[in-house]
Amino acid sequence: MLSIKNLTVSIHGKQIIGGLNLEVKEGEVHAIMGPNGSGKSTLASVIAGRDMFDVDAGEITYMDQNIFDMAPETRAREGIFLGFQYPVEIPGVSIANFLRTAINEKRKYLGLEPMTGAEFLKMMEEKKKMVEIHSKLTNRSVNEGFSGGEKKKNEIFQMAMLEPRLAILDETDSGLDIDALKVVANGVNKLRRPDNATIIITHYQRLLDYIVPDFVHVLYDGRIIKSGDKKLALELESKGYDWVKKETKADTIP
Amino acid sequence: MADKNNQILEEVTGSDYKYGFYTDIEMDQAPPGLTEETIRFISAKKNEPQFMLDFRLRAFQHWQTLEEPKWAHVDYPPIKYQDLIYYSAPRKQPKYDSIDEVDPELLETFEKLGIPLDEQKMLAGVAVDAVMDSVSVGSTFKKTLAEHGVIFCSFSEALQKHPELIKKYMGTVVPHTDNFFAALNSAVFSDGSFAYIPKGVRCPLELSTYFRINAANTGQFERTLIVAEEGSYVSYMEGCTAPIRDENQLHAAIVEIIAHKNAEVKYSTVQNWWPGDKQGKGGVYNFVTKRGICEGENAKISWTQVETGSAITWKYPSLILKGDNTTGEFYSVAVTNNKQQADTGTKMIHLGKNTKSTIISKGISGGKSNNSYRGLVKTTRNAANARNFSQCDSLLLGDQCGAHTFPYLDVGNRSSIVEHEATTSKISEDQLFYCLQRGIDMEGAIGLIVNGYAKEVLSKLPMEFAVEAQKLLSISLEGSVG
Ligand SMILES: Nc1ncnc2c1ncn2[C@@H]1O[C@H](COP(=O)(O)OP(=O)(O)OP(=O)(O)O)[C@@H](O)[C@H]1O
Ligand SMILES: [Mg+2]
Repeated sequence: MLSIKNLTVSIHGKQIIGGLNLEVKEGEVHAIMGPNGSGKSTLASVIAGRDMFDVDAGEITYMDQNIFDMAPETRAREGIFLGFQYPVEIPGVSIANFLRTAINEKRKYLGLEPMTGAEFLKMMEEKKKMVEIHSKLTNRSVNEGFSGGEKKKNEIFQMAMLEPRLAILDETDSGLDIDALKVVANGVNKLRRPDNATIIITHYQRLLDYIVPDFVHVLYDGRIIKSGDKKLALELESKGYDWVKKETKADTIP
Repeated sequence: MADKNNQILEEVTGSDYKYGFYTDIEMDQAPPGLTEETIRFISAKKNEPQFMLDFRLRAFQHWQTLEEPKWAHVDYPPIKYQDLIYYSAPRKQPKYDSIDEVDPELLETFEKLGIPLDEQKMLAGVAVDAVMDSVSVGSTFKKTLAEHGVIFCSFSEALQKHPELIKKYMGTVVPHTDNFFAALNSAVFSDGSFAYIPKGVRCPLELSTYFRINAANTGQFERTLIVAEEGSYVSYMEGCTAPIRDENQLHAAIVEIIAHKNAEVKYSTVQNWWPGDKQGKGGVYNFVTKRGICEGENAKISWTQVETGSAITWKYPSLILKGDNTTGEFYSVAVTNNKQQADTGTKMIHLGKNTKSTIISKGISGGKSNNSYRGLVKTTRNAANARNFSQCDSLLLGDQCGAHTFPYLDVGNRSSIVEHEATTSKISEDQLFYCLQRGIDMEGAIGLIVNGYAKEVLSKLPMEFAVEAQKLLSISLEGSVG
């Protein structure tokens, strides 16, 4: 589904990602961990199509297409969803209106009729139940005055509504209380299907107790320096990033 | 400069000719120029009562002593008043035989606005079947109003049928001496509309949809007069969301509203005159004087306006809160794009005790446009406990446009409370990307964000108008960033 080869990204001439490789297949859940500033959000932004970054080398293919040939809104309509680390406020625009616009844009792109008001409301009710979101939240303006946790839940709700093929969740678990964490994890699990994939960016292995990843990657200084399964997350938690760093050095230095 | 002005006028007037629909039936017009003769010609053509002619002549004499005001934050070549044509009979004949002849760009805009086909034809000047929907809608509409004693007709018709009402109220809120453009309008006004709501009547309909179609042809110097008798209520809508291209570059309208004791008038307008091309060439200059008076106690008047059109807008819908406990409201969204210039705002004059006013102004500027808010809040010595709240927000799209706020306060007594808040913001890259990432394209994103920003004002519009206004905002800002 997603294939990243030798990706090198910079901003204002400063390299952030250098030679990154990643392969994500249908049905898989990948977790990406790594210290602050290692380039996790940058990677997510580049996949989603944010144009502030310069892609200096490498390629990304998504569903067998060169992703760089696709506008950001096209990527979204083709099923890429980014749950933002810092969701922005859009004053005066209700979540319902925002999502209806988004869904109908996508449907138009796919050659489908727009959703009627009634269909849309029904879908909202279903998805609200599914991700256990408070019903009043959706009448409010997008993220305006939301608490940190509410913003994250809203991202999950939007993911449920947009039914993405590839979801990238950038620290969606940060700032959540333990109940909300379960809600978010539950949402992700319920949305998991054999034909979609999820990339979870997180600092905490506790999320991975609820969402069991197929792979865990360590992103360090703009490169994936180690990959493994769920056990790697546990190991990281007890030993810290320095441990991986030393270990990889030992591996790579002949 | 003068040459350029001529050139603009020529292009605007000449474009019709180029496409060959300058027909002979339009011969019913005054020669260019403005003299006492022109005024007499207009008045005679319209078969007006003597008092009307006298009013016009007084206004004309006064106008000749005035200079065009220069204080607004707008810039345009001098207008040659003696080159303009001040009277031409309203167009009766359609310009086209079929909709296929209409400028496709204009049709595309109509399409985006979701305007029904029949209405599109009317607006574009295409011949329509006699048994068209709006005609029958129009007559049921008139019947219902008549049953309630509501008068709603063109200004010319009112002059014939209700001269005593016109004589009593016309010029009482905006006297011909008020300003340069008001004097000009008072001298040469072409037509407009008149609404009268009798005592205790709650007008059963929005004075709107039917009228909207008519509004396209009411001409260059419109005049509106609304009188709400004691305890009455009316919601009145004027203007049009469809872009109106007009051969007349200069528009100078007057609106007067009188609300008696316990009466309420809601006036909503959407103005979308042709703004000119991307260089600002050929657009309409819109110099409007709108004022209402809350004459009796507990009266209430609100102005809600959405301004997206015109090359230049000069417009300050104002209220005189004369009766005790009266309320005035001003809700405005003014959008400027490309090279448009808008200088708009309001004046709230508190004369009575316990008078209240609210001002919410949302300016949105894109392209290389200039958008100014100019507002005056005045409380006189007698206006004990007067209160005003003003909020003036500006939203900038891109970095080549300008937003300016000129609030003037004049507080004449100690018990008044006047509050003013102002903000300036930009649409952020983060907001745009958030929308793009959800599959909404750039234009859709800007439309959504701008409509959210203006929501407080849009929500004051009558429902049907609000939906159109929302679409209009998005369309007006196409190509405004990047
Ligand atoms: N717009 C920008 N301008 C300059 N530097 C940037 C910009 N965006 C990111 N960077 C830099 O790129 C590096 C990677 O940032 P990124 O946000 O991808 O890190 P992260 O792994 O997501 O960190 P965190 O765990 O703190 O969220 C950091 O050094 C950051 O300062
Ligand atoms: Mg990050």
